[in-house]
Amino acid sequence: MSATAVHSLWTMAADPIEKIDAPKIEYGQLSPTLIVIGAAIIGVLLEAFVPRKSRYYAQVFLSVVSLAAAFAAVIALATRGYGTTKAGIVAMGAIAVDGPALFLQGTILLAGLLGVFTFAERRLDPVAHGNQVDSFAAQAASVPGSDSEKAAVKAGFTTTEVFPLLLFAIGGMLLFPAANDLLTLFIALEVFSLPLYLLCAVARRKRIMSQEAAVKYFLLGAFASAFTLFGIALLYGYAGSVSYATIAQVVDGSIENVTPALAGTMGNDALLLIGAAMLVMGLLFKVGAVPFHMWTPDVYQGAPTPVTGFMAAATKVAAFGALLRLLYVVLPGLSWDWRPVMWAVAIVTMLGGAIVAITQTDIKRLLAYSSIAHAGFILAGVIATSADGISSVLFYLGAYSFVTIGAFAVVTLVRDAGGEATHLSKWAGLGRRSPLVAAVFAVFLLAFAGIPLTSGFAGKFAVFKAAAEGGAGAIVVVGVISSAIAAFFYIRVIVLMFFSEPKPEGPTVAVPSPLTMTAIAFGVVVTLVLGVAPQYFLDLAGQAGVFVR
Amino acid sequence: MSFPLLTATAALPALGAIATAAVPAARRTAAKWLALLVSLATLVLAVVVLVRFEPGGDRYQLTESHAWIADFGVRYELGVDGIGVALIALTALLIPFVILAGWHDADPLETRSSRWRPTQGFFALILAVEAMVILSFEATDVFLFYIFFEAMLIPMYFLIGGFGDRAHAGTDEKAAAQRSYAAVKFLLYNLVGGLIMLAAVIGLYVVAGNFSLQEIAEARANGTLDMATNTERWLFLGFFFAFAVKAPLWPLHTWLPNAMGEATAPVAVLITAVVDKVGTFAMLRFCLQLFPEASKWATPVILVLALISIVYGALLAVGQRDIKRLVAYASISHFGFIIMGIFAMTSQGQSGATLYMVNHGISTAALMLVAGFLISRRGSRLIADYGGVQKVAPVLAGTFLIGSLATLSLPGLAPFVSEFLVLVGTFTRYPVIGIIATFGIVLAALYTLVLYQRTMTGPVKPEVSAMPDLRVRELVVVTPLIALLIFLGVFPKPLTDIVNPAVEHTMSDVQKQDPKPEVEAAK
Repeated sequence: MSATAVHSLWTMAADPIEKIDAPKIEYGQLSPTLIVIGAAIIGVLLEAFVPRKSRYYAQVFLSVVSLAAAFAAVIALATRGYGTTKAGIVAMGAIAVDGPALFLQGTILLAGLLGVFTFAERRLDPVAHGNQVDSFAAQAASVPGSDSEKAAVKAGFTTTEVFPLLLFAIGGMLLFPAANDLLTLFIALEVFSLPLYLLCAVARRKRIMSQEAAVKYFLLGAFASAFTLFGIALLYGYAGSVSYATIAQVVDGSIENVTPALAGTMGNDALLLIGAAMLVMGLLFKVGAVPFHMWTPDVYQGAPTPVTGFMAAATKVAAFGALLRLLYVVLPGLSWDWRPVMWAVAIVTMLGGAIVAITQTDIKRLLAYSSIAHAGFILAGVIATSADGISSVLFYLGAYSFVTIGAFAVVTLVRDAGGEATHLSKWAGLGRRSPLVAAVFAVFLLAFAGIPLTSGFAGKFAVFKAAAEGGAGAIVVVGVISSAIAAFFYIRVIVLMFFSEPKPEGPTVAVPSPLTMTAIAFGVVVTLVLGVAPQYFLDLAGQAGVFVR
Repeated sequence: MSFPLLTATAALPALGAIATAAVPAARRTAAKWLALLVSLATLVLAVVVLVRFEPGGDRYQLTESHAWIADFGVRYELGVDGIGVALIALTALLIPFVILAGWHDADPLETRSSRWRPTQGFFALILAVEAMVILSFEATDVFLFYIFFEAMLIPMYFLIGGFGDRAHAGTDEKAAAQRSYAAVKFLLYNLVGGLIMLAAVIGLYVVAGNFSLQEIAEARANGTLDMATNTERWLFLGFFFAFAVKAPLWPLHTWLPNAMGEATAPVAVLITAVVDKVGTFAMLRFCLQLFPEASKWATPVILVLALISIVYGALLAVGQRDIKRLVAYASISHFGFIIMGIFAMTSQGQSGATLYMVNHGISTAALMLVAGFLISRRGSRLIADYGGVQKVAPVLAGTFLIGSLATLSLPGLAPFVSEFLVLVGTFTRYPVIGIIATFGIVLAALYTLVLYQRTMTGPVKPEVSAMPDLRVRELVVVTPLIALLIFLGVFPKPLTDIVNPAVEHTMSDVQKQDPKPEVEAAK
């Protein structure tokens, strides 16, 4: 065969195929995500090329600047109307830029910024061999207790990789609630989950526990991811597309047949129901709803506390955002099927979280179960299936995430010889030793409990109101009952802090650097402002409460 | 815009609380004086409210209305009717005495770290409670009311749990445990009540679309807002449950003896004379006005519960060995009278109940504060530890006697007027219940006089032989209260003039008229 012949074979084969257009990417509308992912990649390069001594400063600077820039981009997009009038679907239908997406991205970015502050804290742990250290292992790869670990500590190594990992996680989270097709959803899920698994494993103190937590989180998370992926495959089989809009149209019957190759499976309701159930399961795993909550207490307890705080706040925001979009955009035609199930999940989540929390003796586990109960409250807003439902969930997520970050930041301050003193008995009498820290923590606990004049009450009221208007009166009743149960253990901690005598060998409260103080102060201010004057933020959430389809 | 008098009356103690809390640790005495001055200034404002209020005028006066949380349909709406004015006056009147009586209650036992400032905290919390109580008497927006109804639990909780009775300073460990048990019990009972009310508040919003008391009541009256019978009943129960816990009504009363027993005497006064009044006040204002039909539906059951409260509280008071718990059970009995008066649905009953709230506040404050002075001298709450005090401390014994007599509603003292009105108002509609309730008075005579007899008369116990009589500060607390008890007992007209028009409004809400006198009917 001559050269020409080969050439003609090539061209002949290529000819019938249409030209592939270059994908059209709306860089402006995607800028928040792009900035964060870009910064994460630069962060990896910094790890490779910047001298060890300057890495910490370079990484913190990069993280703060990029997150602030991304937040500014979100604000700019929102003020130009991309959340309301100009909301649209970008990146060839893969990503939606609309009100909920921008609202949640803004929340995640602020939470991430506070997260960076707590990650970068280096004044809490005692100075080791002349080096200030943070909450992360000197060298994650060294075996706990081994000589190489001792050497790494002595050399003053720190795991500055946590910053790029954090940025990757945030990048994934920004994408997650904005994803507008199932594949983007899955990729975003993995992009934020994998760095979180790693981050859980790198605690400086109690390393074995930290690694155990990471393994548990990873194994269960992998299971959940597999479920999600299987669900996606089934839904593809059902609808012949991974695009949210197309699936929704197939669900409500406006499109009959898209792909001839899938004629055998398309429109098969069994695929739809099983696929949707598996997909929702994967998301419920991420929000920590009963019965997919098993990982929460172990992971919250084992992970380094700054990671726990960030994860508790931001993962919930991202995952609930994705869940909302899935249920409101893709599966509204199926709401008669999923609402009863979500009712049941919301009820067991609220009650389960609140009841099990009563028996906890570790402050981090307690907060973990409390986060489960809160997931139940948020689900009450999710099932309202109304515009009020969306905006109340958005508001709740915003309010909740800052309380959570603040609360976990306070947990990092209370320390004894073994690091953080997380056992509740050690918190006895804290209010007498350090009234200010105890008072701040009490404010967070009261917000968790939903006492009026805190953000927790405004959020709880918003979701319960939406649920009641949506006809879910029973959910509201269960909600207030579990609030009452939950109040019991929040109050118990307050009793312990203020009315118990301090133990002689009790923990001390470390004086943090301005970084952690900023995070805590921001948490307190948001908690009180959203409690006393929530109208502005309710408006914001209300305006943001429309999904683009 | 006129001067926001009602906001100022509540804002003053609120700001005073913040200022008091900010006083440096070393300037304890300054904090006390600051709190006292703030509470007196609040009293002045309350008097201005009282003077500006025209009894024959509009139902709600001095109203203020501002947008607040539009998304929830919530407005910042304040306004007072006669009942509210009377209770605001009571609150503002009692707080200075509470502060003065608790002058040394929160002095630190030993010097701890310099940041530990219990004294400042104690007085700041009292002022915070005052601010929230006043706001809840003023709020005419259901949501606004709910917020303060619920939020006042937190400072109250710290007052009960954080500042125990000095009488127990010796047995620290056990007392601290009991105290924190009492505080938690108080909080949980009230929080559960409040959360159930929250469900009802949300339900009300779903039905009515806003929270304005006046708008909803108007819409109810002219028929534009129709509630299904069952909805109305459920909502009524949600509200009533919270108020019945707060008031407290049998069988939801068990937190009160614990809380009053463990708290210091001034805090106990704050609980029973001030905070609990919000519960009975709210029954009148919210239950009857928002859910008139359901209120009538529930009346028989509530009257029976109130009757049980009266008799049961009094019986248990007879059996108490602890002075403060005795007063607590006596209060439960008295709250039974108040609730009975409210739900008898007669104008005598309701104005009697309102007067009862005021008079019970003053008389319990007098009795409890003197009891507190007594207990702080001997260091024990047990009745058996006292005897013959009137020989050593005659003034103390005398004031204690007057407080006791006021509690048993002796004619000539203020509580008699209100108790009489309540009984008359109940008897005209429910004679059997009225008759049984009268036994409450007999039992009241038993428990107060036996208390007096066992502690004050008889041979002087050696432990009390050196007991000093009332000091000047303590006399300043007790004398005005006693003077007021006598004044309102002889001349209750100023109070009834303010209260009666408001009661007539409430009566017309529930569309009830007083039963005609029997004799006339017989003619």
